[in-house]
Amino acid sequence: MDLTLLYYLVPSIIMFACGVYGFITRKNLIAILISLELMLNSIDINFVVFNRFLFPGQMEGMFFALFAIAIAAAETALAIAIVINIFRVAKSVDVQNLTKMKF
Amino acid sequence: MDYSQFLFMHHEIGVLIVFLLVFLFDTFLPARYQSKLAVTSCVLFGIYTVLSFFTPLDNAEAFSGMFVTSPIVASIKNILNVGMFIVLLQSIQWNNSDHEVIRRGEFIELMLVTLFGMYLMVSARHFLLFVIGLETASLPLAALVAFEKKQYESHEAAVKYLFTAVFSSAIYMLGLSFVYGFAGSLYFNDIAVACGLAEGSMLLYVALAFVVAGIGFKISLVPFHLWTADVYQGAPTSVTSYLSVVSKGAAAFAAFIVLTQAFGTVYSAVWEWMLYALIILTITIGNLFAIRQTNMKRFLAFSSISQAGYIMLGVIAFNATGIAALSYYVLIYVVSNLTAFGVIQAIENATDKVDMTDYNGLYKTNPKLAFAMMLAMFSLGGIPPFAGFFSKFFIFSSALAEGSVAMYVLVLIALINTIVSLYYYLLVVKAMFINPNDNPIPTFRSHWTERAGLVICVAGVLLIGLVSCIYTFLNQAASVSQLF
Repeated sequence: MDLTLLYYLVPSIIMFACGVYGFITRKNLIAILISLELMLNSIDINFVVFNRFLFPGQMEGMFFALFAIAIAAAETALAIAIVINIFRVAKSVDVQNLTKMKF
Repeated sequence: MDYSQFLFMHHEIGVLIVFLLVFLFDTFLPARYQSKLAVTSCVLFGIYTVLSFFTPLDNAEAFSGMFVTSPIVASIKNILNVGMFIVLLQSIQWNNSDHEVIRRGEFIELMLVTLFGMYLMVSARHFLLFVIGLETASLPLAALVAFEKKQYESHEAAVKYLFTAVFSSAIYMLGLSFVYGFAGSLYFNDIAVACGLAEGSMLLYVALAFVVAGIGFKISLVPFHLWTADVYQGAPTSVTSYLSVVSKGAAAFAAFIVLTQAFGTVYSAVWEWMLYALIILTITIGNLFAIRQTNMKRFLAFSSISQAGYIMLGVIAFNATGIAALSYYVLIYVVSNLTAFGVIQAIENATDKVDMTDYNGLYKTNPKLAFAMMLAMFSLGGIPPFAGFFSKFFIFSSALAEGSVAMYVLVLIALINTIVSLYYYLLVVKAMFINPNDNPIPTFRSHWTERAGLVICVAGVLLIGLVSCIYTFLNQAASVSQLF
């Protein structure tokens, strides 16, 4: 069986959609963070696949994916630090408790 | 590799030097000098700000076109410098307060790093560099928002800011991956060519919708504005003022650069109408929500949302006057908004009060602060002798330059909203000057740094509109910058 562009793109878009769904529905901050990671990783797949199948002569997409991974790692580190701080002050990592400020 | 190309990055090198000096001071000098850290770094940054006005203005590029500098880009960076300097000046007293003293260095260093990221956003002509700049500008800001370690609101604001920021960059980068899919390159020039060829393709619409949504999150355009008010309220006031002027200004410039340089060829076909709808929504809903706020920081958050709508008029204008009017608007917005935040911060440091009802009768006890706040409100509302009127005038005229009926309708809606905005700006003035209060904020004398910051801002509000050479200079810089 020939693996074409679509065999990679469709799972990647499904992955992104799962991330968006999880971001909106999850109550736990850590679960929301995992959903965000899912979205960022599906973008990396997109870049690498476009590069590999459509523009095999160059490396731009691969490099973008590498940098995007590094950026995602930085984001996770920061988010975890802030979630730990939230847990220290509020004794919970549930988004439903983070409603002191609204409207 | 040709190392001389680094020499074109005047501003970046300058801010890196300031960063390194502050970092060395913070790390290696003995404890008895540390109380001078905030003032020293402010002075260092001030020297750099003044020097940066004298850097040569020319068109140059580095890293095979990834990084571009031109007269208007250099002027934009100078405007950001001015905002950053005033924010640093106003933050000194808060930074030296007992509970912040241990993290004094980090605050200034993180601010300088975000400024570096904003420079990259404005100068980038390749999406890899642009995304790195964007993340460098937004990630340390989340740490800054969470800076009041003992306060719950600060952490709630940081979670909301960071998660929406990452979510928006994910959406943005998904759009970029589609752009890469049909353009085969991430250089703005190549994308512009590919967009022109791909006009009418569905992929282009989807990709641009994602990119515009991602940018909209950063500038807090309505429907992507929901994080703004909470973050502004929860963050320390110095960080709020930084977010609302420097960060927003840089994002607006970046939006202009990306939309005109990379997607300029499909302006009227694709993104003009997206932006048109966003601007109307932003100005109107920002204004309507501002009316019902009682917390001053939330109030200014919604006011800054509607101001972002006005700023985007310079982008939709899509001409060289547009970027000149946009930079001019941001400059005036910097001084007016920092006047308001300077007053709020002075009162918060002295009494811990941020509600609008607390400001009742402020004129009786602190006439100078009330007067400065009044000037800021008049300028933000656009009352003629003050700077805000001129910035609104130029941005409206740049949007009307093309002369289409749609643009006239847009400017008409913006004008009607200006009148609505006058109502809530004057509510603050009424609270300070007319409303009686049995228990007003007591008379106090604010710290000299806060007074110095307010004097600079008030001078800006009074003078920038009248000194016409500033706009002439920006217009001249924009026309020789090879943007169109």
